Amino acid sequence: MSREAYQVPSNLGGSQSAFGGADAGAGGAAGSLDGPMVAYLCGECNSRVSLKRGDQIRCKECGHRVLYKERTKRMVQFEAR
Amino acid sequence: MAPLIASQEELQRRRIVDINPETVSNFASTDFPGHWPGESHEWNLQKFRDNFNVEFHRNEQFEASFSLVGVDASIANAFRRILMAEVPSIAIEFVFVHNNTSVIQDEVLAQRLGLIPLKGSVEGINWMRWFKKPTEDDPEGGSTPSDFNTIVLRLDVKCEKNPHAADGEDDPRKLYKHAHVYARDITFHPVGRQDQFFVDDAAIQPVNPDILIAKLRPGQKIDMELHVIKGIGADHAKFSPVATASYRLLPDIKILRPIVGEDARKFVKCFPAGVIGLEQVTREEASQKGSGYEGHEGEMKAVVRDAFKDTVSRECLRHEEFQGKVKLGRVRDHFIFNVESVGQFDSDVLFLESVKVLKLKCARWKRGLVDLAR
Repeated sequence: MSREAYQVPSNLGGSQSAFGGADAGAGGAAGSLDGPMVAYLCGECNSRVSLKRGDQIRCKECGHRVLYKERTKRMVQFEAR
Repeated sequence: MAPLIASQEELQRRRIVDINPETVSNFASTDFPGHWPGESHEWNLQKFRDNFNVEFHRNEQFEASFSLVGVDASIANAFRRILMAEVPSIAIEFVFVHNNTSVIQDEVLAQRLGLIPLKGSVEGINWMRWFKKPTEDDPEGGSTPSDFNTIVLRLDVKCEKNPHAADGEDDPRKLYKHAHVYARDITFHPVGRQDQFFVDDAAIQPVNPDILIAKLRPGQKIDMELHVIKGIGADHAKFSPVATASYRLLPDIKILRPIVGEDARKFVKCFPAGVIGLEQVTREEASQKGSGYEGHEGEMKAVVRDAFKDTVSRECLRHEEFQGKVKLGRVRDHFIFNVESVGQFDSDVLFLESVKVLKLKCARWKRGLVDLAR
C-alpha cells in the first residue's frame, strides 16, 4: 500500500476508538475536511495537544517538538502470577 | 507365643534421635511390624489413642504453636505440606487493565496485586467454588465468572495536585492527592449472592491496608478490575494460606555425669537462656559415694530446666571439659508445630483444615482401592 492510499481511520464508527470520546466530537467536524483530530501528549509539559493532518508537530503550550500518542483505551487482560 | 515386650527404658531409647558432634544417628523410626524380632508393632487404634497427645503452647489469631506427640514423621510432614500447598484460599488472579498511565508496567502491577493477601467471611470463602480455567486441549472448557467462583474488586485511583499544599512542601504525599496507591484503595463490588456473605467486616478486603502498590504523579491514573478466585498453594504461592508452617522435634538433653563449679557456669552459656539451670549440690548428694559430687558440697551443678527452648546448636559438644558428660538428642515423635496464617483464616482453624484435606485424600484413595479390587 502506498503512502497516499492510506486512510486515517474514521472515528465515527463507535466509541471504542483510540482517540477517546471527547475528541471524537471535536474532530468530527474537522475530520470531514482533512482528517480527524488526534490527541497527543507533550513530551515536555504533559499537556494535551490536538492535531489534525498537516498541523505542525509542536506543543501549543511550550513549543516542544516531541509529542506522544495516548495509551490505548482498550482493555488489556493479565494474569496476576 | 506371646509377643515380646520391650522394656520402658528400651522404648525410651528408641524414641530419641541421637545428635553427635558431626552427625545425626538413629533417625529412622523402627516401630513397624517385622523390625524387632518377636515384638508386635501392629498399628492399633486404641494404642494410638492412648499415646497421641496435642498440646498448645501459643494460640494467637494469626500464629499458633502446638505439639503433636505420638505420630509418625510421615503424618506430621503430610500436615505441614498440606497446610502450605493444599488448603484453599483466595487471591487476585485476573487483572483487567482499563487504564494505567503510571510508571509501573501493567504486568508488573498485576503480579504485585496477585500477592496481596485478602480476607473475608470464612463462610463465604468456603461457599465459593473453583474457577476452572480453559486448558489448551479444551479452550471452551473454562467456567464462566459467576457469583460463586469470582469476586470482583476494583482499583480506580487518579493522582492530582493538592491545591492546599504548603509552599515549599516537598513530600509528594502532601503535595499531591493519591501520590501513593495502597492496598486500602482496592474496593469490593459484590455480585449476586455475595452480599449475603461478605458484609461489613466480613467484606473482601486486604489483610494489610498499608501495602504500597504503586506511586503516581499528577495526571497519572490507574483504573483496573481485579477478579479474585479460589485456588491452592500448589498452583501458586499467593494461594497459600500460611506464611510459615513448620515443625521441629523436641530437643532432649541428658547430663550423664555431673558438671559442677566453673564448668557448670560455662555449660549454661552453651545453651539459650532458660535451658540449663544451676543448683547447689546438697550434703546428701556429696556424701553419696560414686555420685561424682563427693567433695563438691555447696558448689553449683548444672541441671536441665527446659529442653523445649533449646536450639540444638551443639555448642556444648565442642568443649573438651564436657566430653562424655552430656548427650544431645531429639524426641522422634514429638513435633512442635508453628503455624502462621497470612490473615484469611485463624491459625488453629488452618491446622484443622489440613486434617480435613488429608481425610478427603484418604477417602479418595480408599475409593480408588475399591475400584481396583472390582
